[in-house]
Amino acid sequence: MSKLLEVKDLRVSFNTYNGEVQAVRGVSFDLNEGETLAIVGESGSGKSVTSSTLMGLLPKPAGVIKSGQILFQGEDLVKKSEKEMQKIRGKEISMVFQDPLSSLNPTMKIGNQIIEGLIKHQGMNRAEAKKKAIELLDQVGIPHPEIRVNQYPHQFSGGMRQRVVIAIALACNPKILIADEPTTALDVTIQAQILELMKEIQRDTKTSIIFITHDLGVVANVADRVAVMYAGKIVEIGTVDDVFYNPKHPYTWGLLGSMPTLDAEDEELYTIPGTPPDMLNPPKGDAFAPRNEFALEIDAVMEPPMFKVSDTHYAATWLLHKNAPKIEMPESVRRRIEGFAKTGKKGGE
Amino acid sequence: MARYILRRLGYMIVTLFIIATLSFFLMKMLPGSPLNAEDKLSEEQKAIVLEKYGLNDPVPVQYVRYLTGLVQGDLGISFKFDNTPVTQILMDRIGPSALVGFQAMVIGTILGIALGLIAAVFHNGFLDYTSTIIAVLGTSIPSFVFAGLLQYVFAVELGWFPVALWGEPEHTILPTIALAITPLATAARFIRTEMVDVLGSNYMLTAKAKGISQAGRVWKHGFRNALIPLVTVIGPMAVNIMTGSMVIEQIFAIPGIGEQFVSSVLVNDYPTIMGTTLLYAFAFIVIILIVDLLYGLIDPRIRVTGGNK
Repeated sequence: MSKLLEVKDLRVSFNTYNGEVQAVRGVSFDLNEGETLAIVGESGSGKSVTSSTLMGLLPKPAGVIKSGQILFQGEDLVKKSEKEMQKIRGKEISMVFQDPLSSLNPTMKIGNQIIEGLIKHQGMNRAEAKKKAIELLDQVGIPHPEIRVNQYPHQFSGGMRQRVVIAIALACNPKILIADEPTTALDVTIQAQILELMKEIQRDTKTSIIFITHDLGVVANVADRVAVMYAGKIVEIGTVDDVFYNPKHPYTWGLLGSMPTLDAEDEELYTIPGTPPDMLNPPKGDAFAPRNEFALEIDAVMEPPMFKVSDTHYAATWLLHKNAPKIEMPESVRRRIEGFAKTGKKGGE
Repeated sequence: MARYILRRLGYMIVTLFIIATLSFFLMKMLPGSPLNAEDKLSEEQKAIVLEKYGLNDPVPVQYVRYLTGLVQGDLGISFKFDNTPVTQILMDRIGPSALVGFQAMVIGTILGIALGLIAAVFHNGFLDYTSTIIAVLGTSIPSFVFAGLLQYVFAVELGWFPVALWGEPEHTILPTIALAITPLATAARFIRTEMVDVLGSNYMLTAKAKGISQAGRVWKHGFRNALIPLVTVIGPMAVNIMTGSMVIEQIFAIPGIGEQFVSSVLVNDYPTIMGTTLLYAFAFIVIILIVDLLYGLIDPRIRVTGGNK
């Protein structure tokens, strides 16, 4: 598998009246061709900021890329001008947003919203583009596409609108599709349908997908690899099996342990104590240490580097240092993981 | 759609009837009579005149007679303007008012929209503040002050235009500018506020993610969505301005409706007052209907019932 996208030590800050909010603090990851990488984390962990930075969609002038590289097919997107980015957005990299109800223009026929990109990036004329738009609607599972193409967003249900948004994103056969919590605003049955659709699309088009979510059940369902983000950093990254069956970072333990499952009888649901740190003044040392029952003294002083667990699996916790005390994951989390293994499912599918 | 318009036309007739009735009785309650100014007439002469115009009849009788005429399109005969039929007066007078008003509306709205868009795009920048200052000045300074200033600068000092004259196209320039200030300021304010909202909306981000340029986003995606509140205020304002601004018409000596309305009220010229009021009401109702239909054109979510079902 070849690398399509390489993010190297990306740092993004927002300048606010109160000072500099360090939203992303040195994120590095690769995206291979045809794979789905899930980025998980709680609100404010920097996952959405990371994804909008990839697209050059940071709100200006508040959002600033402090350092780092985003190498897409060898070219650094950080250095591209707005004009150059306009040629990449929608064509090479496209995006599906969280809320389908507000991410379509209410006063424009959905057909016109789809063909815009086709006309701009593929040089099609209106008639060709419209034909392609109907095909796309059909591809994302919208019945009667030839009628629907002339309708307005308010004539579609939430799930159908998300399918339209996906059709728009897929219009120009992008190499990377960034999906920023695409199922969060939908109800559960529709969520499943949209996930199914995204998997299908990936099978058919071999598009690489970056899937931003806070729902571990979704991750298990769609992803090949997972990056867990906390306080603007990736704390653990690996294949789905690595992260779900052999988690190393205490934060990942917390996330897995706090997932409700159907077969957990009488067991109190694990919660991670405390709240995420204020990114205006990120704590010294490991940002997760104040909430971490397994924190070591060094955590308060120095940030842990990425330790290699296996060729595919890395985690940033001092527990992996050779001098660290042997600490096993909590019993409840271990039982939870055994539960996944038994049912052959990961997470609350 | 046709049914909707038909129903609205029905409501319009009812509304006009109510307005005609109310203004008729209100007008009759005005103190004085049309003959106040004509002190030279003897009692007998006054009696003859009153009899001739049917002003001795009980008010309800006069009311029924007026309505009967109204239904037949007859607005009566003016007491003051040489016994000319009121319809004739209105026809002669509406031209200049509508011309100046229309010019002012078109120029004011277009410039105002442009100003508002610039302000929204350069939100909180120098151009935004400049545009806001223009808009605030335009709303808070009355148009007759502008009229006076324009006359002083362009007519008295520079001598480019006559101070107040009617007849040639260039005579409409100064009054047009004076009147255009209001729609310009209003359009600028409404478009700016709405556009700032629209620019921050998710679908604008979607458009950006499609690779659409900023100009394309503002024009193709933003503008239509920012237009609704403006249409709401600009419609009635168009009626106001096109049916004649009393003050501006006085200042620039434009033989329009506004100027004539004032003089007909002063002398209790009942048919002319009624005619002007009804014309104003009619224009207003028509514009409101057009505005309602425009909503549907601009925003498919508020298409009227009975449309495409």
